[in-house]
Amino acid sequence: MELKELIQQKLKEKFPETEFEFSEFRDELSVKLNKKNILAVCMFLKEDSDLEFVLCEDITAVDWASRKNRFTVAYHIFSIKNKFRLVVKADVDENDCNIDSVTSVWKTSNWQERECYDMYGIKFNHHPDMRRIYMPEEFEYYPLRKDFPLMGIPGSLPLPKK
Amino acid sequence: MGLEAKLNSDGFFVTKIESIINWARKNSVYPMPMGISCCAIEMMASADPKYDIARFGSEVMRFTPRQCDLMIVAGTVTYKMSHVVRKIYEQMPDPKWVIAMGACTSTGGMYRSYSVVQGIDQFLPVDVYVAGCPPRPDNLLNALMQIQDKIGKTRPKDFQNIKLPELNVIQNN
Repeated sequence: MELKELIQQKLKEKFPETEFEFSEFRDELSVKLNKKNILAVCMFLKEDSDLEFVLCEDITAVDWASRKNRFTVAYHIFSIKNKFRLVVKADVDENDCNIDSVTSVWKTSNWQERECYDMYGIKFNHHPDMRRIYMPEEFEYYPLRKDFPLMGIPGSLPLPKK
Repeated sequence: MGLEAKLNSDGFFVTKIESIINWARKNSVYPMPMGISCCAIEMMASADPKYDIARFGSEVMRFTPRQCDLMIVAGTVTYKMSHVVRKIYEQMPDPKWVIAMGACTSTGGMYRSYSVVQGIDQFLPVDVYVAGCPPRPDNLLNALMQIQDKIGKTRPKDFQNIKLPELNVIQNN
């Protein structure tokens, strides 16, 4: 069986009550799921002996600006054993702007989730160190959101006295 | 200066203290290499044998601000970095000069964005701006020669009104 079908079959068997939305773009498989299940699914994808998605390449988000579920968090994970890349996606609403952290699955996700929090303001529950990573601690805005102006908000970042 | 000829014929020469101090000062400018990004590569190239900044007496790149009198800010200065640059500048002894090297440092360059300071003259007194992205080493040497001209024209009274900077302690976590 091809790996793409195997992944779909395995996920449906393991999580029968969860809704998965599979899609394919340029030979890359992505799976969309409810944010409640993100931790369990990620753990399964890593631990399963046929899949072994041991490498978390990137965690980022998409800001859809006016959509109901404003953000999509995307996890790009890679299986070294199968040489296969998978994108896991979960929608997050602005009013309930948090999602479970996957630091217990992949340790690299620590800084990637901090970056995602810094740029989009999505909180990762149970993250060991949920602080900003690039911008100063006292900065109040989230620069990669669509409503943030390109040149920033004047006076929000202090300069030294001349 | 024709120094050898003068000393060989008379054995002494007459000049002003001011001139001899300026002459010594401008031919031994110690740069502080504030290399923040890619311009730093060109700054290093200006010290290599091909361009040879030592011809102008400035080969002594000091990595401590306390021994420097010229700060070459080479690279993109972000708002977060600006505090560090200013802190290092304040540690340099007077008199001191600043070269803003490259487009990013002078104006923000191609980084027209929320995180990059649009020109370091917003928080540092810049003496010479160097154009280019990155500038060629000869362009930096030209800036150094302009600094030397400027040093040659200084007078002691230029430094009489210098105020010590306010102690500006930044807490780093």
